[in-house]
Amino acid sequence: MSIVRSLGSEFQKVLTTRMWWLLALVLVGYVAMMSGGFGAFLGWATQNPDAAASAGGDTALPPGVELAPLLYSFASSIGYVFPVLLGALAVTTEFRHRTLTTTFLAEPHRTTVLSGKFVSQLVVGAVFGVIGFATSVAAGAAALAAFDLDTGLDSSDTWALVGRGILAMALWGAIGVGLGALVPNQVAAIVIVIAFTQFFEPVLRLVSSLNDVTASVGRFLPGAASDALVGASFYSVASLGSTDSLEWWQGGLVLLGIAVVTTVIGGATTWRRDVS
Amino acid sequence: MGDGTTIEITGLTKRFGAVTAVEDLTFTVEPGRVTGFLGPNGAGKTTTLRTLLGLERPTAGTATFGGTVYRDLKRPLETVGAALDAAFHPGRTARNHLRVTATAAGIRSSRVGEVLEQVGMSEFANRRVGGFSLGMRQRLALATTLLGDPRVLVLDEPINGLDPEGIRWIRGFLQSLARDGRTVLVSSHLLSEVQQSVDEVVIISRGRLVRSGPLSSLELDSSPRTVVDSPDRARLAAALDQAGLEYTEGRGGFIVAEPDPGMVGHAAFVGGVELSSLHRLKSGLEDSFLALVGEGEGAA
Repeated sequence: MSIVRSLGSEFQKVLTTRMWWLLALVLVGYVAMMSGGFGAFLGWATQNPDAAASAGGDTALPPGVELAPLLYSFASSIGYVFPVLLGALAVTTEFRHRTLTTTFLAEPHRTTVLSGKFVSQLVVGAVFGVIGFATSVAAGAAALAAFDLDTGLDSSDTWALVGRGILAMALWGAIGVGLGALVPNQVAAIVIVIAFTQFFEPVLRLVSSLNDVTASVGRFLPGAASDALVGASFYSVASLGSTDSLEWWQGGLVLLGIAVVTTVIGGATTWRRDVS
Repeated sequence: MGDGTTIEITGLTKRFGAVTAVEDLTFTVEPGRVTGFLGPNGAGKTTTLRTLLGLERPTAGTATFGGTVYRDLKRPLETVGAALDAAFHPGRTARNHLRVTATAAGIRSSRVGEVLEQVGMSEFANRRVGGFSLGMRQRLALATTLLGDPRVLVLDEPINGLDPEGIRWIRGFLQSLARDGRTVLVSSHLLSEVQQSVDEVVIISRGRLVRSGPLSSLELDSSPRTVVDSPDRARLAAALDQAGLEYTEGRGGFIVAEPDPGMVGHAAFVGGVELSSLHRLKSGLEDSFLALVGEGEGAA
């Protein structure tokens, strides 16, 4: 089966360069800092409401918000940029280093190659999900336990959230492949990923939440759909409005749709071109 | 031939927008010999090879291995080994590059060590390609072509960047591959670079076929001759006819079967033709090659 060979080759490509563990390392550091740090701060603020208030902040969470899911979901709500980057790099690196020639000589059926990248990055994204959630649960639970707060580790809801979060990270890896196929220029692809995930989307989500009409559109933004799939997020607390997010499965379908549509369009355009 | 070991280029045309890179090119490459695919830079060699390997789509015509296009070969790397631009991911080691490629093509991984040995790169197997010289990249590219033990080898400028020792090595290597009955097609922009290792030549210039045949047929051309050119080639041809001189028309002018340029100059004078160049074609394959592809005056 040529798709199996292609898949095996794509996994080897990921594992034989340093990018995957560099990104995994940054993911662990980033998520540990946010989940553990934020957990410790909220834990302290919950125990010392007067001191927290005098420090100049209204730190009280809206009623009904649980701390544990909020902290654990940092793995996907801020960590999703890493599988996207790795997925996009899996495609753009081949253009940048002109290795597409060798790749297409070994497997001249280009759809098979792209399918191999799509599926392998789903798996790599899921592995990043496992790494990210292991970090956020460990750091977050440690912080909560330090302040005698409920870690939620004995609740099946927590583990369902972790499972959905890993699924979200997998889908983000596939979205990266689609983006790379659409924008084969590596620098452009990286700039788009960073600018969109770190700036444009957060701003759009915040702005769209100000008004009910825009909010109903804003929940289809990829990051919002991802948070809906996972079921909790820092944004759902920070957003000013109160519009319901999508159902978790709707969020998953939005992510899957983005991954498939971008990959199919990229596969029918830039991926079909002459390799010179 | 049904075994896909003969390269068949038939009426191949490739245009990039308004630019025609290859035009109505037809030639075949037979097994058991090393064939030099020659032409100046920009003549369309690489485009022809990329089309043959399914990396570029032809505008018209076909490029096949015994009638089968590359994409339809059942086990492409076990039929054809091709090295086009020695491009690798700089962060991957030589061994891992070969492993990735072998996996994609379904070739057993024990071949990786064998081909590294074959091109004399075993000691660099675990080094990242980013630190390799061009010569080492060329060897790694060659190792990649050998992974599937193919019957056909297509090598684009494989001698570029090799040191004299490497050049001597690859010449012997290509010859031994052809002696095994393989089809070996090697492109180069310099005939002198490959003339010691090729048996056949296919020469193209500006996307068109100029000559194809045994290298020895080119040697016949290399007896002393005179190259002459004029802004008015029709009148020059008439003057040469008048003087009873035999000639062939190349891109660089007329190649006249007359060793003495003075005689040719006289013929032109008698015919009242203005000349733009007149010189003796030195007895060398390179000169007849350059005259054929139209760079004779620039290089002489």
